[in-house]
Amino acid sequence: MDLKLDHHTKDGNEVVDVEGEIDVYTAPRLRELLIELVNKGHFRLIVNMEKVEFLDSTGLGVLVGGLKRVRAHDGSLDLVCTQERILKIFRITGLTKVFGIHDTVDEAIEVRKAEK
Amino acid sequence: MATVELSFTPLPAHVRTARLVATAVARRSGVEESLLDEVRLAVGEACSRAVEAHRLHCPAEPVRIELSDRDGRFAVVVTDAVPGGADDAVDNQEARSPDSADVGAAHDAEDAGNAGDATAHGVGNAAVTAHVAVPPVLPAPSAAGDPAPREAAGRDAATGTSGSPPLGGRAGSDPPRGGRAAGARKKGGGGNGRLPAGIGLAVITGLADDVQIWATGDGISIRMSWPLQDLS
Repeated sequence: MDLKLDHHTKDGNEVVDVEGEIDVYTAPRLRELLIELVNKGHFRLIVNMEKVEFLDSTGLGVLVGGLKRVRAHDGSLDLVCTQERILKIFRITGLTKVFGIHDTVDEAIEVRKAEK
Repeated sequence: MATVELSFTPLPAHVRTARLVATAVARRSGVEESLLDEVRLAVGEACSRAVEAHRLHCPAEPVRIELSDRDGRFAVVVTDAVPGGADDAVDNQEARSPDSADVGAAHDAEDAGNAGDATAHGVGNAAVTAHVAVPPVLPAPSAAGDPAPREAAGRDAATGTSGSPPLGGRAGSDPPRGGRAAGARKKGGGGNGRLPAGIGLAVITGLADDVQIWATGDGISIRMSWPLQDLS
Protein backbone atom coordinates (compact mmCIF):
# COMPACT_ATOMS: atom_id res chain seq x y z
CA MET A 1 0.00 0.00 0.00
CA ASP A 2 1.22 3.46 -0.87
CA LEU A 3 1.36 6.35 1.54
CA LYS A 4 -1.62 8.64 2.10
CA LEU A 5 -1.11 11.92 3.89
CA ASP A 6 -3.62 14.41 5.17
CA HIS A 7 -3.59 17.11 7.82
CA HIS A 8 -5.98 19.31 9.74
CA THR A 9 -5.92 21.72 12.63
CA LYS A 10 -7.30 20.74 16.03
CA ASP A 11 -7.09 22.86 19.17
CA GLY A 12 -4.10 24.74 17.88
CA ASN A 13 -2.23 21.62 16.86
CA GLU A 14 -1.63 20.46 13.32
CA VAL A 15 -2.61 16.81 13.10
CA VAL A 16 -0.94 14.84 10.32
CA ASP A 17 -2.83 11.68 9.42
CA VAL A 18 -0.59 9.06 7.89
CA GLU A 19 -1.88 5.91 6.25
CA GLY A 20 0.07 3.14 4.55
CA GLU A 21 3.77 2.34 4.47
CA ILE A 22 6.60 4.69 5.44
CA ASP A 23 9.79 3.41 3.88
CA VAL A 24 12.74 4.51 1.77
CA TYR A 25 10.37 5.10 -1.17
CA THR A 26 7.56 6.99 0.53
CA ALA A 27 9.33 8.72 3.44
CA PRO A 28 10.42 11.73 1.32
CA ARG A 29 6.75 12.68 0.90
CA LEU A 30 6.22 12.74 4.64
CA ARG A 31 9.43 14.72 5.05
CA GLU A 32 8.23 17.29 2.51
CA LEU A 33 4.89 17.65 4.28
CA LEU A 34 6.50 18.16 7.69
CA ILE A 35 8.88 20.74 6.25
CA GLU A 36 5.99 22.49 4.53
CA LEU A 37 3.97 22.65 7.74
CA VAL A 38 6.87 24.03 9.72
CA ASN A 39 7.58 26.59 7.02
CA LYS A 40 3.96 27.68 7.29
CA GLY A 41 4.37 28.25 11.01
CA HIS A 42 2.91 25.06 12.42
CA PHE A 43 5.21 24.16 15.28
CA ARG A 44 2.89 21.93 17.30
CA LEU A 45 2.58 18.77 15.28
CA ILE A 46 0.82 15.51 16.07
CA VAL A 47 1.52 12.66 13.68
CA ASN A 48 -1.32 10.17 13.79
CA MET A 49 0.17 6.80 12.86
CA GLU A 50 -2.80 4.63 13.70
CA LYS A 51 -3.20 3.62 10.05
CA VAL A 52 0.50 3.13 9.33
CA GLU A 53 1.13 -0.42 8.22
CA PHE A 54 4.90 -0.31 7.98
CA LEU A 55 7.65 1.93 9.34
CA ASP A 56 11.39 1.51 8.89
CA SER A 57 14.45 3.48 9.96
CA THR A 58 14.05 5.83 7.00
CA GLY A 59 10.70 6.83 8.42
CA LEU A 60 12.20 7.21 11.86
CA GLY A 61 14.76 9.58 10.38
CA VAL A 62 12.02 11.72 8.89
CA LEU A 63 10.18 11.91 12.21
CA VAL A 64 13.38 12.81 14.04
CA GLY A 65 14.06 15.46 11.41
CA GLY A 66 10.58 16.88 11.95
CA LEU A 67 11.11 16.89 15.69
CA LYS A 68 14.32 18.81 15.26
CA ARG A 69 12.64 21.41 13.09
CA VAL A 70 9.76 22.09 15.47
CA ARG A 71 12.03 22.14 18.50
CA ALA A 72 14.04 24.88 16.82
CA HIS A 73 10.86 26.93 17.23
CA ASP A 74 10.11 25.69 20.74
CA GLY A 75 7.46 23.46 19.25
CA SER A 76 6.58 19.81 19.67
CA LEU A 77 6.03 16.70 17.60
CA ASP A 78 3.98 13.97 19.23
CA LEU A 79 3.00 10.62 17.84
CA VAL A 80 -0.23 8.70 18.10
CA CYS A 81 0.29 4.99 17.81
CA THR A 82 -1.06 1.91 19.51
CA GLN A 83 0.09 -0.75 17.05
CA GLU A 84 2.58 -3.05 18.63
CA ARG A 85 4.46 -3.77 15.42
CA ILE A 86 5.07 -0.07 14.87
CA LEU A 87 5.86 0.65 18.52
CA LYS A 88 8.43 -2.12 18.45
CA ILE A 89 10.80 -0.23 16.17
CA PHE A 90 10.65 2.77 18.48
CA ARG A 91 11.56 0.51 21.39
CA ILE A 92 14.41 -1.20 19.55
CA THR A 93 15.97 2.15 18.67
CA GLY A 94 15.30 3.77 22.02
CA LEU A 95 13.25 6.53 20.41
CA THR A 96 10.40 6.03 22.86
CA LYS A 97 12.48 8.33 25.06
CA VAL A 98 12.56 11.00 22.39
CA PHE A 99 8.97 11.13 21.21
CA GLY A 100 5.80 11.52 23.17
CA ILE A 101 3.73 8.55 22.02
CA HIS A 102 0.02 8.60 22.79
CA ASP A 103 -2.99 6.38 22.32
CA THR A 104 -5.22 9.02 20.78
CA VAL A 105 -4.97 12.46 19.23
CA ASP A 106 -7.09 13.87 22.03
CA GLU A 107 -4.72 12.42 24.61
CA ALA A 108 -1.76 14.00 22.84
CA ILE A 109 -3.51 17.36 22.85
CA GLU A 110 -4.40 17.07 26.52
CA VAL A 111 -0.86 16.18 27.51
CA ARG A 112 0.49 19.18 25.62
CA LYS A 113 -2.08 21.44 27.24
CA ALA A 114 -1.10 20.19 30.66
CA GLU A 115 2.57 20.89 29.96
CA LYS A 116 1.90 24.49 29.00
CA MET B 1 11.86 -25.52 -0.74
CA ALA B 2 14.47 -24.50 -3.25
CA THR B 3 16.41 -21.32 -2.81
CA VAL B 4 14.71 -18.25 -4.21
CA GLU B 5 16.90 -15.55 -5.65
CA LEU B 6 15.88 -12.02 -6.44
CA SER B 7 17.83 -9.16 -7.93
CA PHE B 8 16.50 -5.70 -8.52
CA THR B 9 17.69 -2.36 -9.76
CA PRO B 10 18.51 -0.10 -6.83
CA LEU B 11 15.34 1.95 -6.80
CA PRO B 12 13.55 2.71 -3.52
CA ALA B 13 10.27 1.56 -5.03
CA HIS B 14 11.63 -1.97 -5.39
CA VAL B 15 12.42 -2.30 -1.70
CA ARG B 16 8.76 -2.86 -1.01
CA THR B 17 8.68 -5.59 -3.63
CA ALA B 18 11.65 -7.26 -1.96
CA ARG B 19 9.90 -7.09 1.42
CA LEU B 20 6.76 -8.64 0.00
CA VAL B 21 8.63 -11.45 -1.72
CA ALA B 22 10.69 -12.21 1.38
CA THR B 23 7.60 -12.28 3.56
CA ALA B 24 5.73 -14.52 1.15
CA VAL B 25 8.60 -16.99 0.89
CA ALA B 26 9.06 -16.94 4.65
CA ARG B 27 5.41 -17.75 5.20
CA ARG B 28 5.51 -20.55 2.66
CA SER B 29 8.70 -21.91 4.21
CA GLY B 30 7.04 -22.21 7.59
CA VAL B 31 8.21 -19.19 9.55
CA GLU B 32 5.85 -18.57 12.42
CA GLU B 33 3.20 -16.00 11.62
CA SER B 34 4.21 -13.81 14.56
CA LEU B 35 7.75 -13.48 13.14
CA LEU B 36 6.74 -12.40 9.65
CA ASP B 37 6.61 -8.72 10.58
CA GLU B 38 10.18 -9.00 11.79
CA VAL B 39 11.28 -10.66 8.57
CA ARG B 40 9.58 -7.92 6.59
CA LEU B 41 11.18 -5.11 8.57
CA ALA B 42 14.67 -6.61 8.72
CA VAL B 43 14.73 -7.38 4.99
CA GLY B 44 13.46 -3.89 4.28
CA GLU B 45 16.23 -2.36 6.38
CA ALA B 46 18.93 -4.39 4.68
CA CYS B 47 17.59 -3.61 1.22
CA SER B 48 17.15 0.10 1.94
CA ARG B 49 20.74 0.27 3.09
CA ALA B 50 21.98 -1.47 -0.05
CA VAL B 51 19.81 0.63 -2.37
CA GLU B 52 21.04 3.90 -0.91
CA ALA B 53 24.65 2.83 -1.39
CA HIS B 54 24.09 1.52 -4.92
CA ARG B 55 22.38 4.72 -5.98
CA LEU B 56 25.51 6.62 -5.03
CA HIS B 57 28.19 4.32 -6.31
CA CYS B 58 26.86 1.77 -8.77
CA PRO B 59 23.29 2.54 -9.87
CA ALA B 60 23.53 0.09 -12.74
CA GLU B 61 24.34 -2.83 -10.46
CA PRO B 62 21.46 -4.83 -9.01
CA VAL B 63 20.98 -5.57 -5.33
CA ARG B 64 20.78 -9.31 -4.77
CA ILE B 65 18.69 -11.27 -2.29
CA GLU B 66 18.81 -14.97 -1.62
CA LEU B 67 16.08 -16.69 0.36
CA SER B 68 16.45 -20.24 1.53
CA ASP B 69 15.26 -22.66 4.16
CA ARG B 70 17.45 -25.42 5.41
CA ASP B 71 18.46 -26.93 8.71
CA GLY B 72 15.34 -25.68 10.34
CA ARG B 73 15.90 -22.02 9.59
CA PHE B 74 14.72 -19.51 7.03
CA ALA B 75 17.65 -17.40 5.86
CA VAL B 76 17.84 -14.18 3.88
CA VAL B 77 21.09 -12.87 2.43
CA VAL B 78 21.13 -9.33 1.06
CA THR B 79 24.24 -8.51 -0.94
CA ASP B 80 25.34 -5.13 -2.21
CA ALA B 81 28.05 -4.36 -4.72
CA VAL B 82 29.68 -1.41 -3.01
CA PRO B 83 33.31 -2.13 -2.16
CA GLY B 84 34.29 -0.64 1.14
CA GLY B 85 30.90 -0.99 2.73
CA ALA B 86 27.48 0.42 2.06
CA ASP B 87 27.33 2.26 5.35
CA ASP B 88 30.46 4.20 4.57
CA ALA B 89 28.87 5.19 1.31
CA VAL B 90 25.65 6.27 2.98
CA ASP B 91 27.57 8.12 5.66
CA ASN B 92 29.44 10.00 3.00
CA GLN B 93 26.21 10.86 1.27
CA GLU B 94 24.74 12.24 4.45
CA ALA B 95 27.83 14.31 5.01
CA ARG B 96 27.37 15.90 1.62
CA SER B 97 23.64 16.16 1.52
CA PRO B 98 22.23 19.63 2.19
CA ASP B 99 19.19 17.92 3.66
CA SER B 100 21.22 15.83 6.03
CA ALA B 101 19.75 17.76 8.92
CA ASP B 102 16.48 16.00 8.24
CA VAL B 103 17.80 12.73 9.49
CA GLY B 104 19.79 14.31 12.18
CA ALA B 105 19.69 15.55 15.63
CA ALA B 106 17.87 13.21 17.87
CA HIS B 107 19.69 15.09 20.56
CA ASP B 108 18.01 13.22 23.33
CA ALA B 109 18.64 9.92 21.65
CA GLU B 110 22.25 10.86 21.13
CA ASP B 111 22.57 11.89 24.72
CA ALA B 112 21.10 8.64 25.84
CA GLY B 113 22.91 6.58 23.26
CA ASN B 114 25.88 4.35 23.54
CA ALA B 115 28.47 3.42 21.00
CA GLY B 116 29.00 -0.23 20.46
CA ASP B 117 31.47 -2.26 18.53
CA ALA B 118 30.14 -5.28 16.80
CA THR B 119 32.30 -7.59 14.81
CA ALA B 120 30.94 -9.92 12.24
CA HIS B 121 33.19 -12.64 11.04
CA GLY B 122 33.32 -13.16 7.32
CA VAL B 123 32.93 -16.50 5.72
CA GLY B 124 35.17 -15.20 2.99
CA ASN B 125 38.62 -13.87 3.49
CA ALA B 126 37.84 -10.82 5.51
CA ALA B 127 36.28 -9.80 8.75
CA VAL B 128 34.14 -6.72 8.99
CA THR B 129 33.96 -4.53 12.02
CA ALA B 130 30.94 -2.35 12.31
CA HIS B 131 31.16 0.42 14.84
CA VAL B 132 27.56 1.29 15.30
CA ALA B 133 26.43 4.06 17.58
CA VAL B 134 22.85 3.42 18.51
CA PRO B 135 20.49 4.61 21.18
CA PRO B 136 20.04 2.11 23.95
CA VAL B 137 17.40 -0.53 23.78
CA LEU B 138 14.87 -0.06 26.46
CA PRO B 139 14.93 -2.71 29.12
CA ALA B 140 12.61 -5.63 28.67
CA PRO B 141 10.51 -4.62 25.68
CA SER B 142 7.05 -5.88 26.26
CA ALA B 143 6.43 -6.88 22.67
CA ALA B 144 4.57 -10.13 22.56
CA GLY B 145 6.42 -12.85 20.76
CA ASP B 146 9.75 -11.12 21.16
CA PRO B 147 11.89 -13.84 22.58
CA ALA B 148 14.84 -13.16 24.77
CA PRO B 149 17.61 -14.04 22.31
CA ARG B 150 16.66 -11.23 20.01
CA GLU B 151 16.40 -8.75 22.84
CA ALA B 152 19.78 -9.81 24.04
CA ALA B 153 21.27 -9.36 20.61
CA GLY B 154 19.90 -5.84 20.42
CA ARG B 155 21.21 -4.89 23.83
CA ASP B 156 24.60 -6.25 23.09
CA ALA B 157 24.78 -4.39 19.83
CA ALA B 158 23.76 -1.23 21.60
CA THR B 159 26.05 -1.39 24.54
CA GLY B 160 29.03 -3.16 23.07
CA THR B 161 29.36 -4.99 26.32
CA SER B 162 32.65 -6.76 26.65
CA GLY B 163 32.20 -10.40 25.97
CA SER B 164 28.93 -9.93 24.22
CA PRO B 165 28.37 -11.92 21.07
CA PRO B 166 29.40 -10.16 17.90
CA LEU B 167 26.96 -8.87 15.39
CA GLY B 168 25.70 -12.14 14.13
CA GLY B 169 26.47 -14.16 17.15
CA ARG B 170 29.61 -15.70 15.79
CA ALA B 171 32.92 -15.74 17.53
CA GLY B 172 34.16 -12.29 16.78
CA SER B 173 37.02 -11.61 19.09
CA ASP B 174 39.53 -11.65 16.30
CA PRO B 175 40.63 -8.26 15.08
CA PRO B 176 39.72 -7.22 11.57
CA ARG B 177 42.11 -8.49 8.98
CA GLY B 178 43.31 -6.94 5.79
CA GLY B 179 42.63 -3.74 3.95
CA ARG B 180 39.03 -4.49 3.19
CA ALA B 181 38.21 -4.89 6.81
CA ALA B 182 39.67 -1.49 7.49
CA GLY B 183 37.80 -0.05 4.56
CA ALA B 184 34.57 -1.56 5.74
CA ARG B 185 34.88 -0.16 9.20
CA LYS B 186 32.18 2.36 9.69
CA LYS B 187 31.60 4.96 12.26
CA GLY B 188 28.00 5.77 12.82
CA GLY B 189 26.42 8.55 14.75
CA GLY B 190 29.23 10.80 15.71
CA GLY B 191 28.80 13.85 17.78
CA ASN B 192 27.01 16.05 15.32
CA GLY B 193 23.54 15.01 16.34
CA ARG B 194 22.70 12.92 13.31
CA LEU B 195 20.56 9.84 13.58
CA PRO B 196 23.24 7.18 13.20
CA ALA B 197 23.44 5.72 9.71
CA GLY B 198 23.97 2.35 11.38
CA ILE B 199 20.55 2.52 12.94
CA GLY B 200 19.30 0.20 10.21
CA LEU B 201 21.82 -2.43 11.28
CA ALA B 202 20.81 -1.92 14.88
CA VAL B 203 17.21 -2.54 13.94
CA ILE B 204 18.17 -5.70 12.08
CA THR B 205 20.11 -7.05 15.04
CA GLY B 206 17.18 -6.22 17.24
CA LEU B 207 14.85 -8.22 15.05
CA ALA B 208 16.70 -11.30 13.88
CA ASP B 209 18.27 -13.61 16.42
CA ASP B 210 21.03 -14.53 13.99
CA VAL B 211 22.74 -11.86 11.91
CA GLN B 212 26.03 -12.19 10.10
CA ILE B 213 27.83 -9.58 8.03
CA TRP B 214 30.79 -10.23 5.81
CA ALA B 215 32.71 -8.72 2.95
CA THR B 216 32.40 -10.40 -0.40
CA GLY B 217 34.81 -9.69 -3.21
CA ASP B 218 32.62 -6.84 -4.41
CA GLY B 219 30.63 -5.60 -1.46
CA ILE B 220 28.91 -6.57 1.76
CA SER B 221 26.49 -9.37 2.52
CA ILE B 222 24.07 -9.39 5.42
CA ARG B 223 22.61 -12.74 6.39
CA MET B 224 19.62 -12.94 8.70
CA SER B 225 17.77 -16.04 9.73
CA TRP B 226 14.73 -17.10 11.70
CA PRO B 227 13.59 -20.47 13.00
CA LEU B 228 11.06 -22.53 11.09
CA GLN B 229 8.11 -24.06 12.84
CA ASP B 230 8.50 -27.69 13.74
CA LEU B 231 5.66 -29.22 11.79
CA SER B 232 6.54 -32.79 12.64
